[in-house]
Amino acid sequence: MEILKQRPSRHPVERLTLLVLLLLSSVTLLTTLGVILSLLGDVVQFFRRVPLAEFLFAPEWTPLFAEPRYGIAPLLAGTFLVTAIALFVAVPLGLALAVYVSEYLPSDKRARVLGVLELFGGIPTVVFGYFALLFVTPLLQKVIPGLSLFNPLSAGLVMGFAILPYVSNVAADAMQSVPRSIREAAYALGARPYEVALKVVLPAALSGVIAAIILAASRAIGETMIVAIAAGQRPTLTLDPRETIATMTSYIVQAATGDQPVGSTAYYALFAVGFTLFLLTLALNVLAQYIVERYRERYE
Amino acid sequence: MVSLEQLKEHQTVRTDPVPESQALVDVRQLSLWYGTKQALYDISVRFPKNQVTAIIGPSGCGKSTLLRSLNRMNDLVPGVRVKGEVLYEGVNIYDPRVDPVAVRRHIGMVFQKPNPFPKTIFENVAFGLRLMGVKGSELEDRVVEALKRAALWEEVKDRFKKESGLRLSGGQQQRLCIARAIAVEPPLLLMDEPTSALDPIATQAIEDLILELKERYTVVIVTHNMQQAARVSDRTLFMHLGVLVEEGPTEVIFTKPKHPYTEAYITGRFG
Repeated sequence: MEILKQRPSRHPVERLTLLVLLLLSSVTLLTTLGVILSLLGDVVQFFRRVPLAEFLFAPEWTPLFAEPRYGIAPLLAGTFLVTAIALFVAVPLGLALAVYVSEYLPSDKRARVLGVLELFGGIPTVVFGYFALLFVTPLLQKVIPGLSLFNPLSAGLVMGFAILPYVSNVAADAMQSVPRSIREAAYALGARPYEVALKVVLPAALSGVIAAIILAASRAIGETMIVAIAAGQRPTLTLDPRETIATMTSYIVQAATGDQPVGSTAYYALFAVGFTLFLLTLALNVLAQYIVERYRERYE
Repeated sequence: MVSLEQLKEHQTVRTDPVPESQALVDVRQLSLWYGTKQALYDISVRFPKNQVTAIIGPSGCGKSTLLRSLNRMNDLVPGVRVKGEVLYEGVNIYDPRVDPVAVRRHIGMVFQKPNPFPKTIFENVAFGLRLMGVKGSELEDRVVEALKRAALWEEVKDRFKKESGLRLSGGQQQRLCIARAIAVEPPLLLMDEPTSALDPIATQAIEDLILELKERYTVVIVTHNMQQAARVSDRTLFMHLGVLVEEGPTEVIFTKPKHPYTEAYITGRFG
């Protein structure tokens, strides 16, 4: 048969398209790899000068002192504190919003509200930062005595609103992907709308909801401008939200805009902190992926 | 073949109408609109207690809509409007003083595609009971009882507390959905093409089950499958274009239909 002798051939334009797409997509991948590799070089330099044990266990972070200490703990504590406060705001508000938007709003209004929330998420964080410093902090100082001008409480509260759309929109998406037939089953059994939302849809969308929270946490950890402006830049090993602190990101801003000579230990410390930050957010994103994959309900 | 204009003026042809005293549900001059589109035209029919009534008709004839107006599931559709009455044990369920949630707790429903919750088998069946506040050992007993009556118990008794309802086969899932619906002992069970997504063996199991359920429940079943209607039902309603064309004992509808449309449909010469 003549037709069987023909070898499968790709159309030239098809090949070219594939090649171009492959090249373009490898650019992003290679850039990421490049960033990691260049970071690694400087990280290695840092750990030649500072023992890992010092980095992990020293209680102070004072690279610019005459006798510098390089303990990451105060920066981790600062990041943790601000993130925890932000999640404390964003998770309940975001989930409430998600339930309302997904289960109570008619579908035409749903898209609009989600759009507005996305817009809200697009406000430059520097604006949030000044809002925290110039509006929220003075307000809080009236009710909380001993609150520093720069403090994680105000930064965290405001950051909670900045990351709110990540929680609400991702969670609402997850709830929307729960099949209609499951809601109908619950209604047919005589469930009220709140029972359908809380006892059926929310548990069914749990993996997506948890992923939304983790992604928001990862945003909060990496968020820079709000903390740099409103939380202060003094690394302090404390969980007291009234004291001035520094987060990993705010230290990086401070160091990158400061005048450490290239090649000094303080300079390399910048990369060590950056790499820690990278590992932390990477771990959270992987965890989110894993939870979504592992616990996703398959309905078909 | 048939125009809506002709049908709208149509009077339902009835054989041996159900007397009021035997009716669990009494539909009186029910019309229903989705937005501006009318889906049901002036339907009056009675569903007798402890019998199986089948609703048949071509796609889009309003058979599912009629079924869903018996437990006010249509309320969930935006823009729906209803005229007429549906008396359930003498009470009009469309009376503004009636809570649709209470209506649905009295009336069970099984859907076209099995739709178990992503919860364990136990929690699926327990859902309606929990809504009613049943707890503890009574809850457990009634879940097991429902699984037994839905002919699923033997297959799942070793794992029903741990395994997700979604892990069951299609036929088992549908029996799980039946168990979930009958666990709250609803006097009336509505089934919307319950076997259309199942293979013949699973279908057979569900049909056997329907015949058993009739002892305790009143069943209304919508089906595309005319053999199924003939096998399981005592009475049959034939609908077309939102109009109830004919109703009567199943053997009459299938052997001596009075209306030419009914005859055309059951002999397969229709639409």
